[in-house]
Amino acid sequence: MSAVVDAAPPSAKPATDGRDARTAWLLTAPALMLFVGVLVIPLAMTVMLSFHDWGQYKGIEPVFILKNWHEVATDPYFAEMFWRTFRIALLTTLITAVLGAPEAYILNRMSGRWKSFFLLVILGPLLISVVARTLGWALLFGGSNGLVNKLLMSLGLIGSPLPFMFTETGIVIALAHVMMPFMVLSVWAALQRVDPQIENAALSLGAGPFTIIRRIVLPQIMPGVLSGAIIVFSLSASAFATPAIIGGRRLKVAATLAYDEFLNTLNWPLGAAVAVLLLVALVLIVVGSNALIERRYAEVFR
Amino acid sequence: MSFLELDRVAKQFGAQTVVDDFSLTVGKGEFVSFLGPSGCGKTTTLQMIAGFLDPSRGAIRLEGRDLTAVQPAKRGLGIVFQSYALFPHMTAAENVAFGLEMRRVPRSECRERVRATLAMVGLAGYEERYPRRMSGGQQQRVALARALVIRPSVLLLDEPLSNLDAKLREEMQIELRQIQRNLGTTTILVTHDQNEAMSLSDRIVVMSQGRIEQIGTPQETYERPASAFVSQFLGKTNDFAATIDRTATPGRLIAGSWSAPAPAGLAGPVTVSIRPERIGFGDAGLAAKIVTRIFQGNHWLFQCESECGAVIVIRQNDGQPQPAEGEAVRLAWRPEDMSLRRAGAAA
Repeated sequence: MSAVVDAAPPSAKPATDGRDARTAWLLTAPALMLFVGVLVIPLAMTVMLSFHDWGQYKGIEPVFILKNWHEVATDPYFAEMFWRTFRIALLTTLITAVLGAPEAYILNRMSGRWKSFFLLVILGPLLISVVARTLGWALLFGGSNGLVNKLLMSLGLIGSPLPFMFTETGIVIALAHVMMPFMVLSVWAALQRVDPQIENAALSLGAGPFTIIRRIVLPQIMPGVLSGAIIVFSLSASAFATPAIIGGRRLKVAATLAYDEFLNTLNWPLGAAVAVLLLVALVLIVVGSNALIERRYAEVFR
Repeated sequence: MSFLELDRVAKQFGAQTVVDDFSLTVGKGEFVSFLGPSGCGKTTTLQMIAGFLDPSRGAIRLEGRDLTAVQPAKRGLGIVFQSYALFPHMTAAENVAFGLEMRRVPRSECRERVRATLAMVGLAGYEERYPRRMSGGQQQRVALARALVIRPSVLLLDEPLSNLDAKLREEMQIELRQIQRNLGTTTILVTHDQNEAMSLSDRIVVMSQGRIEQIGTPQETYERPASAFVSQFLGKTNDFAATIDRTATPGRLIAGSWSAPAPAGLAGPVTVSIRPERIGFGDAGLAAKIVTRIFQGNHWLFQCESECGAVIVIRQNDGQPQPAEGEAVRLAWRPEDMSLRRAGAAA
């Protein structure tokens, strides 16, 4: 079969090659132009902006200096803020993975009607604005009289109210809730590819329920968990609304800092440097971990 | 005799009875097939033996002890699934070794048994392959090896060959039969393919709508079908109307211009059932005309329009001249080759 396919075209290829390539370029041109116009050009301008100078009274000066980058690299304030950003993103990713993977697994084992109902419950929040959902959390956290603190205290888990507002804990909890659907969907997609008889096969070979989960199910949905983790991590690291509302002015992350530089300090070049650094760091992390995952699972999942 | 015993087993899903009154005893080393159309309850029965489903009524016993009280993981049965259900993240050897690991078999013994079992199914040298990189036939062999390596008391096969192409399926049938004979493993095969059931089994359980229609050797079920369903499901068959005339003595069975001495018992209108390969062309008998003649290599298939309706005739291609299309013929058969039932009895 493949031998025939391989053997036939070479004689016909050179004649059509040039025209095929032209047609391909022509057909992709509109999308390509849109891509260049709304993504590549603004991005390039942002990168250029990060090399411009800025002063309180002179505004933006289109020169090429490394002042902003030097400031971002040496001022420990930025280092702390970036570490916080990635710490929050990592914790959020861990929580969504630990809770979302079992959630997807349970969902997948439910029978017809319940499955669609709970899928709607999980995906429903995506229909509501992130701002509205985060404000909901702010109401629940709200100071020492917040519902969450009242509940925890009445359960006897804590003696005195915990601070949630303007803390990393609060941001992580609210972000984990916002990001959960992405993890569940990703794991769910991986579960769809698992042979429904495979657990019975392991069972018949003498494996207990815990062994089946650990040795049969988990390795097979791991690519789903990892791709879900990449989505959640990059969305959490660049999240704006949730850290802005829960963290406020006191607890800045990369996205809220860039926002403040742009709109409050009006130091656009410095904001651009922060934004570009966040972008580059995220791209490196995502591409790097994606390559690792692909190498790890190339043999098994294709 | 009785190694595995199913005693009036039934399974209900809500109000729907999927399997009813299923009783069967299987001897040690026997190869039994559950044969029937889809939805006849054969897979449900297999899953009850495996323990994935609990019977609503009845008992399943293995060597005299109640199997339904045993966890599926502790039953020690080998199962080959229709989809094979191989572990895609493990190599062939790891797949096969899984059952031994669960039994805490020492590592060196485990490695030796995995190697030997893979060699037995013809996959020596494929130990490190992942299932995705194997053909359907090879995956099937891994699944078989995985089920056999734990030395199961009973091997359950759930339509294991249905995903293979015709030629490979035939090869695997022969191989499966040889392996089963050599190991002497009691085996239950679920299939909807009558050829597969007949060529592999010691006995066939023909099922329809959750009930057993007949239990017998392949020959018995083919030659002496217990019901119209069995005769139609196993191979081709001709059913046509005839009458038994008891006014004369001795009584005669009459079908058009064919007649024979009537057997004892029935009287009046009856249905005659006869296999197409048992009908011959003769000088006397049922008058018919050949409508179409189809050459099928080792045999000819004739579709005839007779006095009693459409009749199929199969003749061996033994080099003799065969009647042509449109030719008028007489159909004859030996009375002992047909079976009779009262007309109107379940078809």
